[in-house]
Amino acid sequence: MTQTKSTPGGRGTLYKGREGMWSWVGHRITGVGIFFFLLVHVLDTSLVRVSPEAYNAVIGAYKHPIMILGEIGLVGAIVFHAFNGLRIILVDFWKQGTRYHRQMLWAVLILWLVTMVAFSVRHLMIFFEGWEGF
Amino acid sequence: MTATNSEATLPAQGIEAPRSGRIDPKYLRSNPSKGAFEMWAWLFMRISGAALVILIFVHLWTNLMVGDGIHQIDFAFVAGKWANPVWQFWDLTMLWLAMLHGTNGMRTIINDYAEKDSTRLALKSILYLAAAVIIILGTLVIFTFEPCLVDESGALLEYAPSFCETVVN
Repeated sequence: MTQTKSTPGGRGTLYKGREGMWSWVGHRITGVGIFFFLLVHVLDTSLVRVSPEAYNAVIGAYKHPIMILGEIGLVGAIVFHAFNGLRIILVDFWKQGTRYHRQMLWAVLILWLVTMVAFSVRHLMIFFEGWEGF
Repeated sequence: MTATNSEATLPAQGIEAPRSGRIDPKYLRSNPSKGAFEMWAWLFMRISGAALVILIFVHLWTNLMVGDGIHQIDFAFVAGKWANPVWQFWDLTMLWLAMLHGTNGMRTIINDYAEKDSTRLALKSILYLAAAVIIILGTLVIFTFEPCLVDESGALLEYAPSFCETVVN
């Protein structure tokens, strides 16, 4: 899987510092971020069991302009983790997976960009349509 | 992930696995008996991950991309969704799979970076406790939720979703 034999004047290793490592780093960081959001999200949703007022007050925070940007960041993390996760499944289970793992990372990044442009435009449009100001 | 560098041999050929016996057992990450658990954990991450892509993308689509998006989310919106058993089951599945997937991911990260046994034990204890609390709390909320709240006189609260009017009257 990894090869640590260094080539003279070459890049050193096949893994460290290259696409495989960076996709792994990205997967970890987005995963941890999503996990902590998930804890908060279950707690805020649980407020429906406390009272409608409590739930509406807290969920209202998600409609603040700063949180709108936060939601784009969150969805960005989720979409990368999702697409890169599917790439990992293909690396593990598809016969040609290890051969094309780098090309698949580029596909992940292109699909991520397309998805995020579409999501951000739609999310911001909806936000500005219904926004009542500060 | 590769298999553990244990004392394992390949019985069929009688050939030892690479580096077997050359590493002091105390430096091994896991003992052979944990191999099956780690294999199932590895498989679970792939199966739950694929399911979560669908569960979460649909969740984001219905809550943020259609209708009034972020502005529509309030008590009545949640009540309206959970009046449908399909969405109850959807959110329940999402809760359990996401929490188990995330907890296992955090467990892997703790195993990677926390070097002292006592640190690992402490961090994992907090992790498992938090995961248990969140899973139980979320499950109870989905199943004990009452959408059509009324006041002492039996009148619907103003936050109740519109379908409650036909239920109460």
